[in-house]
Amino acid sequence: MAIIETHDLSKVYDEGPEPVHAVNDVDLKIEEGEFTAIVGPSGSGKTTLLNMIGGLDKPSSGSIKIDTTEVTDLKKSELIDFRLNNIGFVFQAYNLIPVLTAGENIEFVMLLQKRPKAERDKRIKELLQEVGLEGKINNRPSELSGGQQQRVAVARALASKPKFVLADEPSANLDSKSTENLLDMMMTLNKEESMTFIFSTHDQRVIDRARRVITLVDGKIASDVKQ
Amino acid sequence: MLLTVAWRNIWRNKARSLVIMIAIALGLWAGAFLMAYAFGVAKQRIQDAIASEISHIQIHHPEFEKEMLPIYTIPNGDGISEELHADSLVAGVSPRVIAAGMVGSANNSLGGQFVGITPEEEDKVTGLSTKIIEGTYFEGVKRNPILLGEKLANKLKVKERSKVVLTFQDVNGEIVAGAFRVVGIYRTHNTTFDEMNLFVRAEDLNSLLGSKGHHQMAILLKDVNNLKQVKSGLISNHSDALIEDWKEVAPELGLIIDSFDQYMDIFIGIILLTLSFGIVNTMLMAVLERVKEIGMLMAVGMNKTRIFSMIFLETLFIVMFAAPLGLLLAMATIYYTGNVGLDLSAVSDAYASFGFKSRIYPELEFYYYMRIMVLVVIAAILSSIYPAITALRLNPVEAIRKL
Repeated sequence: MAIIETHDLSKVYDEGPEPVHAVNDVDLKIEEGEFTAIVGPSGSGKTTLLNMIGGLDKPSSGSIKIDTTEVTDLKKSELIDFRLNNIGFVFQAYNLIPVLTAGENIEFVMLLQKRPKAERDKRIKELLQEVGLEGKINNRPSELSGGQQQRVAVARALASKPKFVLADEPSANLDSKSTENLLDMMMTLNKEESMTFIFSTHDQRVIDRARRVITLVDGKIASDVKQ
Repeated sequence: MLLTVAWRNIWRNKARSLVIMIAIALGLWAGAFLMAYAFGVAKQRIQDAIASEISHIQIHHPEFEKEMLPIYTIPNGDGISEELHADSLVAGVSPRVIAAGMVGSANNSLGGQFVGITPEEEDKVTGLSTKIIEGTYFEGVKRNPILLGEKLANKLKVKERSKVVLTFQDVNGEIVAGAFRVVGIYRTHNTTFDEMNLFVRAEDLNSLLGSKGHHQMAILLKDVNNLKQVKSGLISNHSDALIEDWKEVAPELGLIIDSFDQYMDIFIGIILLTLSFGIVNTMLMAVLERVKEIGMLMAVGMNKTRIFSMIFLETLFIVMFAAPLGLLLAMATIYYTGNVGLDLSAVSDAYASFGFKSRIYPELEFYYYMRIMVLVVIAAILSSIYPAITALRLNPVEAIRKL
């Protein structure tokens, strides 16, 4: 069953002298449990596509259906709640809240969801174990390495029990070892919990591990390969 | 968690937060202290005016204050006086005979108000005997003794035992004059009062005026809280007399107290307005350097109310940390200076000409500290609006593009 389905999805920027078609009539289906990489050269529309799927950017035309919800019909305030409860985000620069500990960063999203304390505490422990950072619950981001911070970011993305995780260039700031560890961890989560991961990436190491690779060129899908 | 995040956020840049906190604390300290100083000056002036000049309640003939004619004596003045002497709430009653005219010495002639008193009664109300700096309080001069204020005595160039001549209109409108001998010279904290008021015995003045009775009755209460009760009792029993409390007798003094709240709101408001610009600047910097983070919070599902609350809480923490500090500092300063007084003897002449003492005891009731805190919270709310709106205007997509 498709967890994400886009139809004739386009995004046009009219700010310059000529309109720019960042995403151009993209039809895409992503099934539950996929481990998909969206690749392509800079300016190909990877991030714009990810932003629209993530409900952060409004498409110029077309539709996005997530599960049974037509995302393009949602109001701004509804989109915020939708993102909170359905989508996990992992960013290139980790973007943890620096004044909170690793545990608190993970808990924060659950607090926004108003989950009970006992459930939050249990989930924090589970997630830190899954990302291999059991002993780092009380460490602030500044006390963690880049790889460890990105693991906490993944744990935070999973904390809300999302339908899928969007990761924008998650390995861009990581060394090889950290990237491998991160990918191992994500693949384990993908296999064991059937968590759907969608990446935008330039990183060949990520592309090699993806089970589906969608290549964008000039906002259009140039290839869609399952490997 | 929002509280935790907000609290920790203000300590991200300790120097910046401390600078604005110190500015708020110092601003409120200075504001509260200046208000306490102004309140101390006003209260002292009012207490002095009540104790030495106007008393708590005054009674006149309804027409007397308009024209100051000696025919307008208080209706049933003796009866009122007896009634008040029997009242346990009253500390003293001084019936007075009033005339306005000229006082002349061998050297000079000046205008003044002649106040005919019963020395013992007057002393209970104004403590006039304690203000004698030269001579005696109506002792040693049998015929027509007079007490002059120091400033007037200097202008007339008279001393104890000197002779002065008072000239004024009697009850028939005829000019009369009487020779008086200076029995003593007094000094209050109000040099203007000293220059204008000459005290003689009521019977001496009445015999020159050709009148009987009194033009003014000054009443000092044991407790000012009984003012309304005593006044309303007098009004209901003596509707033919004009009965006024000290605020009606000296409306300018009443105004100081009645408008103090407004003065304070305006004064503290101006200080807070100035500080608000600093707070807005600090919070704006805090927001702008966290654009990516706020964008991320929006992306992961933090709604606008929570974003606004976070910025508001940060602002509130800054002011609520600084304001009590400034107010505690002010309390300590006001407590200390309120006990030892502020010595302004270097400018005592200028102060005395307006009726103020040269030692001021700052004072501020606890209620005003609470009032300042309310104003501080309002300032915090207003100061947080612009930075919060700036944060809310951020587009998470823009923020994510920067990531």
